Amino acid sequence: MTLVAQDKSIVVPGEVLATGMDHVPAQGTFRENENIIASQLGLLSVNGRLIKVIALSGRYIPKVGDMVIGKITYISFSNWSVNIGYAYEANLSLKEATSDFIARGADLSQYFDYGDVVTAKVIGVNKQKAIDLTMKGPGLRKLKGGRIIKVTPSKVPRLIGKQGSMISIVKEATNCKIIVGQNGLVWMQGDDPEKVRLAEETILKIDREAHKEGLTDEISKFLKERLK
Amino acid sequence: MKYTKRLDGRKFEEARPIEAKVGVVKRADGSAMFRTGKTIAIAAVYGPRELHPSHLRNSEKGILRCNYNMMAFSTAQERVRPGPSRRSKEINLVMEKALLPVLDLSEFPNTVIDVFVELPQTDAGTRCAGINAAALALADAGLAMKDIISSISVGKVGDKIVADLSKEEEDFEGGATDIPVAIMPRTNKLTLLQLDGNVSKDELKEALEMAKKSCQEIYKIQVKALKEKYGA
Repeated sequence: MTLVAQDKSIVVPGEVLATGMDHVPAQGTFRENENIIASQLGLLSVNGRLIKVIALSGRYIPKVGDMVIGKITYISFSNWSVNIGYAYEANLSLKEATSDFIARGADLSQYFDYGDVVTAKVIGVNKQKAIDLTMKGPGLRKLKGGRIIKVTPSKVPRLIGKQGSMISIVKEATNCKIIVGQNGLVWMQGDDPEKVRLAEETILKIDREAHKEGLTDEISKFLKERLK
Repeated sequence: MKYTKRLDGRKFEEARPIEAKVGVVKRADGSAMFRTGKTIAIAAVYGPRELHPSHLRNSEKGILRCNYNMMAFSTAQERVRPGPSRRSKEINLVMEKALLPVLDLSEFPNTVIDVFVELPQTDAGTRCAGINAAALALADAGLAMKDIISSISVGKVGDKIVADLSKEEEDFEGGATDIPVAIMPRTNKLTLLQLDGNVSKDELKEALEMAKKSCQEIYKIQVKALKEKYGA
């Protein structure tokens, strides 16, 4: 009948969240007889009758439409394999990679070579776990220079903020170019190495403290203090 | 032979001091440390990731691969010969079987989840400490699990049933039997039960009851450790 665990609290796998048939199990939970039980470590979120657990850790799971940052790991005759931090490699086909004319048998490494880092968009995820990427679209390109850091994929929405509020604070304060991939990779580039370092520090701080309330204000205060 | 008082002064049903910590290996997907007395286990989880060699792959679901390693300097006795052994192979197998009932790997066909359990310091009960640490590390890695596994070794030392044997007790001259047990705490179902020695039916029942009680205590410590990592 009732909620056993507290809303917005951290729950662990196997923890009983609610008893009775009044609630409905959603993502990260399952029903066992009368009880709804967490199947993942995360933050409990109750929305009306819906009970779900927002993961706080774990690997990236691709969704169609996500912009990701990936690394080229293999070149075959007509496509590239891209590591996007999922359990499976993603696939970037010739057709989706460029609108240039590429002659039969051309050397594909002149477009993207092993180890190159690209921004791409997920256009297909199927049951066989084949992930299709495209690089046709605004802002999708090969990344040259700069550096990459890793954050927890489930905290990316927090890092970006509402309508990009959080990340634009960091961009403005540090004067860096920053690209956040939905898979938790963050690329940044700036002229002043000190400021790039500050941007990195800030992003890692957001990753660590993502569950705190009023973090946007805290971050802008933190940046102001460090830039004095 | 009578065993009237435990060698380290504990009560018969009392476990050694337990400590658990989550997130100890920075570059792993999930990690944990579990200590009971002088036994320390550190578990690191990597994956799900592509499995090589590919003939081991299962196209229905992912597989779990455990790797138990007692470090050469870990014992108070003779140096452990490094590398895989008959014993470590057995423990890898029982750890996998103890952990698999709570894991749902159907989302990740053709992949492997690697669990590395390292033991820098040992004083009996290593496979149980390893399972406890591995269960925490798997939860920390954000994998879908039905429950967390808690494990303890119970046994008979002389004529008494005791919990959490130390190495000294395992070598008790009046004879000792070690029974490692792992349970799913929510349902109290067993996922590991090994026995190598002599106990009667009633003694085994008593030992299992004791194990279930101790595992509930361990479960509380495990839950606390997991919640602590995220500041709650």
